[in-house]
Amino acid sequence: MTGPRRRERAAAGSSGFLKRSQPRHGEKVVMVLLAAASLVSVLTTVGIVIALIPPAAEFFQKVSFGDFITGTEWSPLFKPPHFGVLPLVTATLMVTVIALLVAVPLGLGAAVYLSEYARPRVRSVFKPVLEVLAGIPTVVYGFFALKAVTPLLQDIWPGDDGPQVFNALSAGFVMGIMIIPTVASLSEDAMSAVPQDLRDGAFALGSSRMQVSTKVVFPAALSGIVAAVVLGISRAIGETMIVAVAAGGRPNLSFDPLEGMQTMTAFIAAAGIGDLPTGSTGYQTIFAVGSLLFVMTLVMNLVSIRLVRRYREVYE
Amino acid sequence: MGSGLLDEDTAAALPEGRRLEGRGVPWRERLFQLGLWASLAVGVVFLASLLVYVVVEAWPRLDLRILTHFPDIIDPSNAGAQSAVMGTIWVIAFTALYCLPTGILTAIYLEEYADPHRWYNRVVEINIQNLAAVPSIVYGILGLGIIARGMGFGQTVLTASLTLSLLVLPTVIIAAREAIRAVPQSIREASLALGATRWQTIRRQVLPAAVPGMATGSILALSRAIGEAAPLLLLGGLAFITFNPSGLDSPFTVLPIQIFNWISQSRAEFISLASAAIVVLLVILLAMNSLAIWLRNHYSHRW
Repeated sequence: MTGPRRRERAAAGSSGFLKRSQPRHGEKVVMVLLAAASLVSVLTTVGIVIALIPPAAEFFQKVSFGDFITGTEWSPLFKPPHFGVLPLVTATLMVTVIALLVAVPLGLGAAVYLSEYARPRVRSVFKPVLEVLAGIPTVVYGFFALKAVTPLLQDIWPGDDGPQVFNALSAGFVMGIMIIPTVASLSEDAMSAVPQDLRDGAFALGSSRMQVSTKVVFPAALSGIVAAVVLGISRAIGETMIVAVAAGGRPNLSFDPLEGMQTMTAFIAAAGIGDLPTGSTGYQTIFAVGSLLFVMTLVMNLVSIRLVRRYREVYE
Repeated sequence: MGSGLLDEDTAAALPEGRRLEGRGVPWRERLFQLGLWASLAVGVVFLASLLVYVVVEAWPRLDLRILTHFPDIIDPSNAGAQSAVMGTIWVIAFTALYCLPTGILTAIYLEEYADPHRWYNRVVEINIQNLAAVPSIVYGILGLGIIARGMGFGQTVLTASLTLSLLVLPTVIIAAREAIRAVPQSIREASLALGATRWQTIRRQVLPAAVPGMATGSILALSRAIGEAAPLLLLGGLAFITFNPSGLDSPFTVLPIQIFNWISQSRAEFISLASAAIVVLLVILLAMNSLAIWLRNHYSHRW
């Protein structure tokens, strides 16, 4: 036996056989590094809030919040300017409602079919179609809405006063198709998480597949389905390119889906393109409208996150 | 999965006459199923008509000029989108450089180290879920207010790629987490039992097994960034650019923005030009998605 080894043994003998392992500082460094990376996403949220609040606060020193939120005329760059955000909000809601009328029934239908009816081979054909729909850039959807859907609507519209060149209807319809994958995939997740026992029990009692789908699986997955729809609403409110291309750039307080109207997002985009000087009221409107948009979608997202958590707690 | 007690295969295996007599499938059931099927069909038909429409519109301009020529407002019949294609490549390359390491490190932290019962880890988690659904134009506002003007980076490739990397970061994190979660716990336990430290276990066992899943998710996240136009509208992407980017401090345009620009023009030539650029964009996305699917199928582990 060589010298050092014997000494090692002797040392082990005197201070217990298993030596205390050396502290591994590298392990700690790695963990700190990883935690630091995860801070980036927190800082992103902080950054968004910091970006939004100071210019918005300056804006609200010039324009009262009441006038902003209840005013019916939006013309920030005209003289005299008007800062009533209602036309932008109603336009956003118009397009969102139209989109939901398309996306909710079609998305849920697709989800029920994929979760309860489709055989594996059918699923493997349709799921990629939904993924492709979700992957098409929204500017392409906007192009299709403006150049294909609107002319088609104008052609088939009974009567003379059909949709205008820019209108909320075709923007909303195309946006609805865009949101189908969001609604379908999240609610399909929720339905697939419903335990098989519940279905088997209902089948054993003589239920048909439709009864199982609508009366057992659907209610059992309801919180996940609502979460999917709420997330769909959030996406519709925040979608920019489709409305910027196809719904027009004119603020218009109207509930006629055949007219053009400017949504909140379309306004932000239009004002942003203008490259307004920092500190001008026009520049600050971007942040005022942006704050409103951020708060609206934040509420929707938090509701959706909570609902998803609820169904996960019940079934997983 | 929708297999009931008497699933499709068993039902099919029974001879016709042995089914419950005379009842058949009620028309309501058939109608319901037809409705479900139709709701998927609408998506398929829409997708097909969109693709056909774009290709037909693009047909007269679908040649190499779209890649070799620069945008030209005076003579659209001979214009191309080279500066936009190069701009897209520049911006996405740097987006990948910023967001992939950050996203993957965050995912490792959340999956391997973070205690989900600690409030700060829960905050990080909810924060990421929320960020994934924040409208992209809000990221544009972040880029405009903080990165372009606050930090003084201006309307450059750097600003655009930083903004886009924050935009797709949640997607990268969520995808990477799923890939890490798919590695079975037994692998980690075996490694730890052999005396490996936590980080050794992650680096030598977990990460190699999770790489294909991470790669797939990362490519899909980047393909979202490629199609994104709204935030870049606020960052000067719509400027009329007839040269390729030369560095991080260079002004830029990208394909979706160039498309938006051409859609807004009224002359008919611009429509076929826009369509041709859309075809280029869709081909890039298709290539990336195929790569992602190929990676998923070829390298995915079965445990």
